[in-house]
Amino acid sequence: MTSATRADGAIPALATRLRAVLDPAQVIDDRQELRTYECDGLAQYKVIPALVALPHSADEVAAVVRACAEAGVPFVARGSGTGLSGGALPHADGVLIVTAQMRHIVEVAPADERAVVQPGVINLDVTRAASPHGYYYAPDPSSQQICSIGGNVAENSGGAHCLKYGFTTNHVTGLEIVTPAGDLVRLGGRAPDPPGYDLVGAFVGSEGTLGIATEVTVRLVRLPEAVHTLLAGFASTDEAGAAVSAIIGAGVVPAAIEMMDALAIEAAEAAVHCGYPDGAGAVLIVELDGSAAEVDAQFDDVERLCREAGAFEIRVAADDAERALFWKGRKSAFAAVGRISPDYIVQDGVIPRTALPEVLRSIADLSRRTGVRVANVFHAGDGNLHPLVLFDDAVEGQSERAEEVSGAILDLCIEHGGSITGEHGVGMDKVRHMPRMFSADDLDTMQLVRCAFDPAGLANPGKVFPTPRLCGEVPGRHRGAHPLQEAGIAEVF
Amino acid sequence: MAVLEDLRAACGDARPACDGDVIAGVPARFVAAPGSADEAAAVVRAAAVHDLSTVVRGAATKLDWGSPPERLDLVLDTRRLTGIVEHAAGDLIVVVRAGTPLADLSTKLAAAGQQLALDAPLPGATVGGTVAVNTSGPRRMAYGTVRDLLIGVTIVRPDGVLARAGGKVVKNVAGYDLGKLVTGSYGTLGLITECAFRLHPVPEAGAVLRRPVDGPAGLRTVVSAVLGAQVVPAALELDVPAGGGLELAMLLTGVPEGVRRRVATARALLGGEVAVSDAEPDWWSAYPWGAGDVGLKLTAALSRVPDLVAAGLAARDRHGVPVAMRGSVGTGVLYAGMPGATDPAAVAAVVADLRLVAREAGGHAVVLTAPSAVCDGLDLWGPVPGLALMRSVKFQFDPGRRFAPGRFVGGL
Repeated sequence: MTSATRADGAIPALATRLRAVLDPAQVIDDRQELRTYECDGLAQYKVIPALVALPHSADEVAAVVRACAEAGVPFVARGSGTGLSGGALPHADGVLIVTAQMRHIVEVAPADERAVVQPGVINLDVTRAASPHGYYYAPDPSSQQICSIGGNVAENSGGAHCLKYGFTTNHVTGLEIVTPAGDLVRLGGRAPDPPGYDLVGAFVGSEGTLGIATEVTVRLVRLPEAVHTLLAGFASTDEAGAAVSAIIGAGVVPAAIEMMDALAIEAAEAAVHCGYPDGAGAVLIVELDGSAAEVDAQFDDVERLCREAGAFEIRVAADDAERALFWKGRKSAFAAVGRISPDYIVQDGVIPRTALPEVLRSIADLSRRTGVRVANVFHAGDGNLHPLVLFDDAVEGQSERAEEVSGAILDLCIEHGGSITGEHGVGMDKVRHMPRMFSADDLDTMQLVRCAFDPAGLANPGKVFPTPRLCGEVPGRHRGAHPLQEAGIAEVF
Repeated sequence: MAVLEDLRAACGDARPACDGDVIAGVPARFVAAPGSADEAAAVVRAAAVHDLSTVVRGAATKLDWGSPPERLDLVLDTRRLTGIVEHAAGDLIVVVRAGTPLADLSTKLAAAGQQLALDAPLPGATVGGTVAVNTSGPRRMAYGTVRDLLIGVTIVRPDGVLARAGGKVVKNVAGYDLGKLVTGSYGTLGLITECAFRLHPVPEAGAVLRRPVDGPAGLRTVVSAVLGAQVVPAALELDVPAGGGLELAMLLTGVPEGVRRRVATARALLGGEVAVSDAEPDWWSAYPWGAGDVGLKLTAALSRVPDLVAAGLAARDRHGVPVAMRGSVGTGVLYAGMPGATDPAAVAAVVADLRLVAREAGGHAVVLTAPSAVCDGLDLWGPVPGLALMRSVKFQFDPGRRFAPGRFVGGL
């Protein structure tokens, strides 16, 4: 009800104010145009924002956020809108702040192994800018051709190669952020280990609830001298899973190990004709990279271990083109499933890698019991499952059943000591699952950080945490002199 | 005495402090050593009721780091919070209690051919202390630091609430990453009781290549050649002893055949007189100072590391102080040591010089440890961007400022 009041009064006034600080064309309040922004990559949630702002600079982001803070209006940041958890789902009575106009690569500094970029820069463009110098940006979400670094920072995005190289959080060393009060703050930088709390670490993966990143300093990684990729066909996911365990158990840390099951292979073949081994119940893509001397020596072992685990066909990519073909099937898998099912849910859960065979069997049982088809695509090396739950929305009841199956898969992840999300984030989609993974005290403690950054709860409200914490009186907030010392002194007799 | 009784009711092992229970020169009144996370939570709740100022102590290897606590009532000792909770070798993860010495953990993991890839610059250090102070060593170049390896954490908040974040799978983005926040927090946000880590296989083979380096200019040439090549060092360390020449050492690890080939490549790359051996040099992974000395951590953007070295050498001459330096030239982290008996004014002058250069180089100069005569009046941390937000975080976790008050940046 407060929202209705806000929409009546605050929003038009805010629109006027924003048009005074931004070019009026950067402020959208036309209902039809607003509709363009009603969802992110998770299209089942739709909310039309009250306003959209398209700032071109950090100062403009700060001005918009400050205006929101002063008006008590919530705001949601959006990069390319490719997120799969509804993290950039707009707030009906809030401002959607789109960073897509901020696409400037500020600096590529190979000698420092860093790049400095604006938040709207596309993930792959960082690598494109760095590769002439012999470097690249390692985190590679499947959407890397369109997703933005700002969104990656919010979601702590991963990708196939994070098995060896880590996630966004391992590759961000500095941030400029706009706090939910509208202040520009620099955290970290080019050098490692800045003194004080690791607020860069706290911010990355906070899903837009602690503010908006306006500049990101990322690590660049030396392009590997050698990349060896193999594709192995197995009769079943059990055998493929055994190969994964054998490879890891042998002390190999591949750049990536990806698995697809029969249904996912079928979809990929239909969509991109990737030519995976005929009759495979599962395929593995295993990639090793690094110094040629190491990769050469280890690759034979990997091939042997795959064969020992029952691989009936192994292909080794002869060149970049063949490697790209191996990956094409995998990277297009989500979209490809559209070829074999009118609708589908992309799930994102994590299990301990050793639980893989057991969990896959449980998913198969679940599928048989419910009659809901599940295609499995996953980052096998780190136990990150992406089951694709297939359904036809036109058939009554199917969507609900698919939701149930999808939820039951998360149950399996939690039962096995895993996580409800490995890389897509909690966003709006998994808010209700958070209490199944964390106690009320755990969630309360996380929200202490929220209260420190955003006591008014205006930054992306309703995401990540099912129940907002009341932050109480915060003396001095982000402004004023040494509130804590004052508070501390008051405690000392 | 009501306080002691309450502490004893919370935890079987609580006693009045004795002579050794002093933190950075400040004597404590009580010591409690909880034997479980629940006991720890109960102790912290009791401490909260009595408004006891609390400092956590593990193996006491870094208690002289940071400023002395403004006040001190209770030492919370983690020596009974030990042991591995779970080692899932197939999943390459371990869950371990905070008081466990890193060395003990290493021994147990090594039996499975695995390691927690964190160096221990101070022998005896516990897991909890390593996380709380965020120490690292040469192999950070290959494996990163605590922030890259810690995948889950359990803490007791200053109000006695037990809370957990992260989990025991490597890939996990559910909720805020409180592990990052407590890493390097110097015990100001609560007590760490349990940590989950990502593990790595112990490499089959390794080799160390060493060569003397002329000075900062020579260092720049060699380091950029190594970083631009494809030998993928696990560590690239520089030693600058107070009375001697510069030495560069590179660690290569991997499979035997791979290491053999890379040693040949690296030898050519390094040029000059290269010594190859199986063992690391004596100075490896140790800080360039001893007990009671002044110790600094210097950071810079990678390309500017030689500037830090040059600044240290210049400060040596200008202020007549035998500054020793050592650290990871492959990641931009150096340490500098000065004798504890150095005139405090000279230490302050060296720190000021180094801080200026570090700042220009995109980094920081932090005094990790110094005798109290030197500490007094010296800004240990230098400029801390984001301090206002850090104050807010501290206030949310510890509004009564009971945990390690005054120990950390900005007098948190």
